[in-house]
Amino acid sequence: MDILGLFNYWVFAILLMIGFYAVLAKKNLIKKLIGLALFQSAVFLLYITVGKVKGGTAPIFSATAEGDVFSNPLPQVLILTAIVVGISVTALGLGIVVRIREEYGSIEEDEILEMDRQ
Amino acid sequence: MSGIDAHLPALQVVVPMLTAGFVVLLKQRGLAWAAATAASAMSFAIAVQLTLAAIGADPIVYEMGNWPAPYGIVLHIDSFSAVLLLIITGASTLSLVGGHASLESQIALDRQPYYFAAWLLAVAGLCGIVITGDAFNIFVFMEISSLASYVLIAGGPDRRALPAVFKYLIMGSIGATFYLIGVGLIYLMTGTLNLADMEMRIANVDDLRPIYLAAGFITVGLALKAAVFPLHVWLPNAYTWAPHVTTAFMAACATKVMLYVLFRFDYLIFQGNLEGHAVQFTGYLMPLSLIAILVGSVIAMLQNNVKSVFAYSSVAQIGYIVLGASFITAAGMTAGVLHIFNHALAKGALFLAIAVFAMACSSLKLEDIGGIAKKMPVTFIGFVIAGLSLIGVPGTAGFISKWYLITAALEFGTTGAFIVAIVLISSLMAVYYVWRIVEVAAFGERLESAPEVSISKPLIVVLWVAVFANLYFGFVPELPVALATETSAILLEAKP
Repeated sequence: MDILGLFNYWVFAILLMIGFYAVLAKKNLIKKLIGLALFQSAVFLLYITVGKVKGGTAPIFSATAEGDVFSNPLPQVLILTAIVVGISVTALGLGIVVRIREEYGSIEEDEILEMDRQ
Repeated sequence: MSGIDAHLPALQVVVPMLTAGFVVLLKQRGLAWAAATAASAMSFAIAVQLTLAAIGADPIVYEMGNWPAPYGIVLHIDSFSAVLLLIITGASTLSLVGGHASLESQIALDRQPYYFAAWLLAVAGLCGIVITGDAFNIFVFMEISSLASYVLIAGGPDRRALPAVFKYLIMGSIGATFYLIGVGLIYLMTGTLNLADMEMRIANVDDLRPIYLAAGFITVGLALKAAVFPLHVWLPNAYTWAPHVTTAFMAACATKVMLYVLFRFDYLIFQGNLEGHAVQFTGYLMPLSLIAILVGSVIAMLQNNVKSVFAYSSVAQIGYIVLGASFITAAGMTAGVLHIFNHALAKGALFLAIAVFAMACSSLKLEDIGGIAKKMPVTFIGFVIAGLSLIGVPGTAGFISKWYLITAALEFGTTGAFIVAIVLISSLMAVYYVWRIVEVAAFGERLESAPEVSISKPLIVVLWVAVFANLYFGFVPELPVALATETSAILLEAKP
């Protein structure tokens, strides 16, 4: 099995890990959200890769397209929904960060924890 | 079923979802509350209808837009969905009916219509998860309900809810994304998203490695959302600092819906198809749930805030549910599902009682609720009965599920005896943490600085409805037992 043939899957795995690392290791709330967005995007890539058929075109039926190979449109549709979900999560997350900044005056996780402890 | 009845499964989701859009437009918050309550009550009526139709009968299958499975999306309602539907819509309706006064004091007045809209979206999302038969649909509904619940939790006056909800958002999204990866891998191998179809098609898959990976991702992702120990860290703070009425609603149903999805996948799809799945499932989840029961109870004993006592107790109670399921026997599964139902009753009632207490105390720290029993005797008695149900005293709903759990454990000989010992020890711990609060409330001195007692009659009525449900299902447990027995038959049918 050649490694380059699985290029998309490698990108998926690496992006996923970079995002996951940022979510876990970064203390800054915005950086955490960036990590989360990367993490989710990696999964979108996985789905899109799965749906692609070599030499496949868009699955639009017409007389001239007879005999053509079509790519699977379903993963694209699914990911369209998932992208919307991802955007909503990021937007709500940023909204919460704004509120945290208003209330605590900081967006560093450890400083906020310290303030709550008092 | 005919006429409108035939469309009840769709209406279960459509009613709260459409009303949510309508509620946002209402400028008057009283009207918004009334509309939300009406929609929630209607969902409850639909859930009761569906339960009656599903119990003792074949699952109800509803084809959205008349597209047959596996091409279209089907709604699928059996006894297991019915248990969850009853809990979700029941908890939502009780909290909304009784919660008006409490919400007035906690949610900014001009934002209340938005709060109620988010509430209805949460109801729609949770109902959607339990009635859909499509794996991707579950993801979408999961995110609808989660996004709405973040809003519900962060909507209160306490700023500590904000970091808590941020943590919940991060962990919840990771859980949902793990689930999405798992579903993607299954789709890659089987080409289907329909749950029933998936179960059949995995049997024909030659290389099962991606499916094993998917099982791992889905189980961990859902365990994260369901707050299964040690992935529970988002739960205690989110429940403690949320508005009281939100906590009563969420504690009753949110995590249990995720357990529902977890059991659906692990029992129906993976168990029959993956070799060694049962061993792994039991091998990891049984020790984890035992630790959850002990650790959750110990931390609950040490808390100083009444709400965080019961939030940590929830971690332990989720342990009981997972413990029952991890036996992979009919008796164990029945016990787990029964505990889903009974714990929802007990925790819902407790948090409703706490919402009443909160209206007469400056905070919910132990010292601040001193002497509350003399000011609010009716609520206090309700609180005690709900507490007894949580502990599992005979005559309450909590006893029934613990009894089934112990009976199920005893099938395992020595290991079983060890498990029973842990369950009993943790029940004693529950006696301790409930007693600590009862003691302070009954015999403590009321602080000079405590605010005037304002009593909300609807909230007390609703609390007593929940308390009576605890007693009723303690003496007449036929309905939940029948549903739980049927559920375990459905879930274990696919066992090799």
